Amino acid sequence: MALDSRVPKGPIKDKWTDYKNKINLVNPANKRHIDVIVVGTGLAGGSAAATLAELGYNVKAFAYQDSPRRAHSIAAQGGINAAKNYQGDGDSTYRLFYDTVKGGDYRSREANVYRLAEVSANIIDQCVAQGVPFARDYGGLLDNRSFGGVLVSRTFYAKGQTGQQLLLGAYSAMNRQIARGKIEMFNRHEMLDVVKVDGKARGIIARNLITGEIERHSAHAVVVATGGYGNVYFLSTNAMGSNVTAAWKIHKKGAYFANPCYTQIHPTCIPRSGDYQSKLTLMSESLRNDGRIWVPKNLEDVKAIREGSKKPTDLSEDERDYYLERRYPAFGNLVPRDVASRAAKERCDAGYGVNATGEAVYLDFAAAIERYGKEQAKIHNISNASDAKIYELGQAIVEAKYGNLFQMYEKIVDQDPYKTPMMIYPAVHYTMGGVWVDYNLMTTVPGLYCIGEANFSDHGANRLGASALMQGLADGYFVLPYTIGDYLADDIRTGKIPTDSKEFDEVEKEVKDRIDFFVNNKGKKSVDYFHKKLGKVMWDKCGMSRNEKGLKEAMVEIKAIREEFWKDVSVPGGANEMNPELEKAGRVADFLELGELFAKDALTREESCGGHFREESAEEDGPQKGEAKRNDKDFAFVSAWEYKGEPADAVLHKEELEFKDIELKQRSYK
Amino acid sequence: MNLTLKIWRQKDASAKGQMVDYKVNDISEHMSFLEMMDVLNEQLVNAGEEPVAFDHDCREGICGMCSLYINGEAHGPDRGITTCQLHMRMFKDGDTITIEPWRAAAFPVIKDLVVDRMAFERIQQAGGYISVNTSGNTQDANSLPISKHAADEAMDAATCIGCGACVATCKNSSAMLFVGAKVSQYALLPQGQVEAADRVKNMVAQMDLEGFGNCTNTGACEVECPKGISLDNIARMNRELMKAAIK
Repeated sequence: MALDSRVPKGPIKDKWTDYKNKINLVNPANKRHIDVIVVGTGLAGGSAAATLAELGYNVKAFAYQDSPRRAHSIAAQGGINAAKNYQGDGDSTYRLFYDTVKGGDYRSREANVYRLAEVSANIIDQCVAQGVPFARDYGGLLDNRSFGGVLVSRTFYAKGQTGQQLLLGAYSAMNRQIARGKIEMFNRHEMLDVVKVDGKARGIIARNLITGEIERHSAHAVVVATGGYGNVYFLSTNAMGSNVTAAWKIHKKGAYFANPCYTQIHPTCIPRSGDYQSKLTLMSESLRNDGRIWVPKNLEDVKAIREGSKKPTDLSEDERDYYLERRYPAFGNLVPRDVASRAAKERCDAGYGVNATGEAVYLDFAAAIERYGKEQAKIHNISNASDAKIYELGQAIVEAKYGNLFQMYEKIVDQDPYKTPMMIYPAVHYTMGGVWVDYNLMTTVPGLYCIGEANFSDHGANRLGASALMQGLADGYFVLPYTIGDYLADDIRTGKIPTDSKEFDEVEKEVKDRIDFFVNNKGKKSVDYFHKKLGKVMWDKCGMSRNEKGLKEAMVEIKAIREEFWKDVSVPGGANEMNPELEKAGRVADFLELGELFAKDALTREESCGGHFREESAEEDGPQKGEAKRNDKDFAFVSAWEYKGEPADAVLHKEELEFKDIELKQRSYK
Repeated sequence: MNLTLKIWRQKDASAKGQMVDYKVNDISEHMSFLEMMDVLNEQLVNAGEEPVAFDHDCREGICGMCSLYINGEAHGPDRGITTCQLHMRMFKDGDTITIEPWRAAAFPVIKDLVVDRMAFERIQQAGGYISVNTSGNTQDANSLPISKHAADEAMDAATCIGCGACVATCKNSSAMLFVGAKVSQYALLPQGQVEAADRVKNMVAQMDLEGFGNCTNTGACEVECPKGISLDNIARMNRELMKAAIK
């Protein structure tokens, strides 16, 4: 099947408006007869469910947690971008569009990104109307901060808990519709497969996680908003339950999976401390507004610090290497995430890592505390303030900005980051790849939509900070509710979709057979054993830098782990009860297939772009030496994979990317 | 360190539960409490036994999924954290740790340490929102200046993660800190004024219907709240309720 992105014709700035004017609509009386399933209730799914219900559709929403409010969007810290230009610093829709395409290393679809930038300002208006308590200045107007990869301040925030506040906003909109009976909420339910009738998505099979009951749910369209697949690495900043199952199941039923190798390794996470580690914790990128990243200049100092004979605060300015400021003077500590992560890895690989594992760099707030302290002393007319007083005044400002993050750090690491620099190291955070969708956010299966992190469309090969929240809410509040109407307009006479059909029978049987297999297998090894093994291969061979040899090995190794898993996995407990091990087994089984496709995709893409760094494709000389080298001639396309049985047999379809409004350039942050 | 764990095991909602003893060895002080639970569960799976079910997800103190009553304290001995942020350095070698689910009539046990918090959902559905459609056709965000103090205070109330520690720790199983926080967030903002009276009446009515107790100003909820939600919010809710009553 040829890929049709269905991007409307016309100048980029008019596409969305013109398209909306011409799109098919469903009249309000008919919407009452149309059901929509939304799987996942994070920012994308939650906002979509609420909006579709407001429009009048009957929505069934599903979450594996006990409340929609617990989806992992809640953990997003730093902020949400919007082209409001409240700061008057030259921001515009075009600039946000440009920054996002450039930040994504020219591997995203222009028309989608422009639309995202266009609706971004509405999101802020909407959220304020819902009572989201964004940070404000003393005049009562909204405050902004800056994030990596941009030269303006366009990020709106609510302390270090922006995702939480935005999700609670979407959740409150959902609650209003749940109370009205327009959303039927299925908490503690997990989608285990999609059901197609006559080629169209017409329902799902879900498991009630409390009783174990397998349920059939039908609808005229299915929306998958189940987030990213970062947990394929075992260790990531994702929630423990975050998984690829829904996305992978729809892939196996005909939805193409795009760019699986585009993964974001976030530069500022708390380093791992031991083998028992279950997850990694992110420290918001907003910290790079005020924190300076460094390692010692001399290896002797590194050694002394690791042995504990020297403290980082003992090192003078001359003995420190602020490597981001050194390498990227224009953007400094605010280079995009992929660049910052690789730079940290480069220093640590060269032996400059500052903790026992050799995988940590410093994020230092001393300079910011001093700067703010002096500023405060001036504001409060304190002349001849002592160093201690300046420090105290500055600390109060830093605490107001990042207090909850500092507290989180202290609780985990048991060190006071006001007194000694934080230690950070990159960790898997976000997946730009995902289910392929067209301009309408529809997958290659009619009636099956995919929104938010679960799809691939807006971030190219690298996502800029504070853009995930923007995309989730844009898709859910403002894009999908329009585009889905165009499809559903043909369904006004269809009537309820019955669930007693052979199509539902067949898929339900597949689902039940797999569950029965797990509980009856009585193998020797736990699910986590396999998940950790997979994670190690992924991190070592499909991590921050990749090469042909490693990727080929990864494909072989992942396949072997998968075969061992199906022979020897042990899942205690039964099928008809709450059984967390059974839930994990199903998810890991899918990760074990995705992992192999991931490696295959990375192997096929013989260029470096964004988060995908191929060692064979780096600049060899000149001022950009060592930086990622893109190959626009051969690889300016989206890799959309069609499932063919085994992950290794997947067939590649290319969506060629056209850049009409932005010139393709080497991405420079120097 | 080596530890003895006394854990509440209960097959399902209708079964009778009991405390069961387990041993875990070589626990690092840098582990989180839930990582220690992972070690125990791995041990149980490898022995072919059913692992202990407990709620958890983000493991960074924000989703509100994790619970656990540890040595008689909601979220354990540390302050200002959730169970997933509790670290084993708070314990010492040879300790016996008692682990129970949230105990409250309105939070029935589903299995082992997992409880049903749907009562919180229904309270939110009764009025925990501002009735504005998500059309995007609202007024410009900056056309409504809000004093920084009000915005900050609303934010402090809005940080509630809905974990239920306040209920679990309260001798009356009161949910007033939870409800007070949500009522306060909207009461402090101009956007919330239009529906303020109905909101507080409906949410409080639902809270009573769910079987939560009343507040007797003990303040344990504030102490155990992982987000430090202040008792002021309960006072504000009572004021709002009074205002709504005499309107």
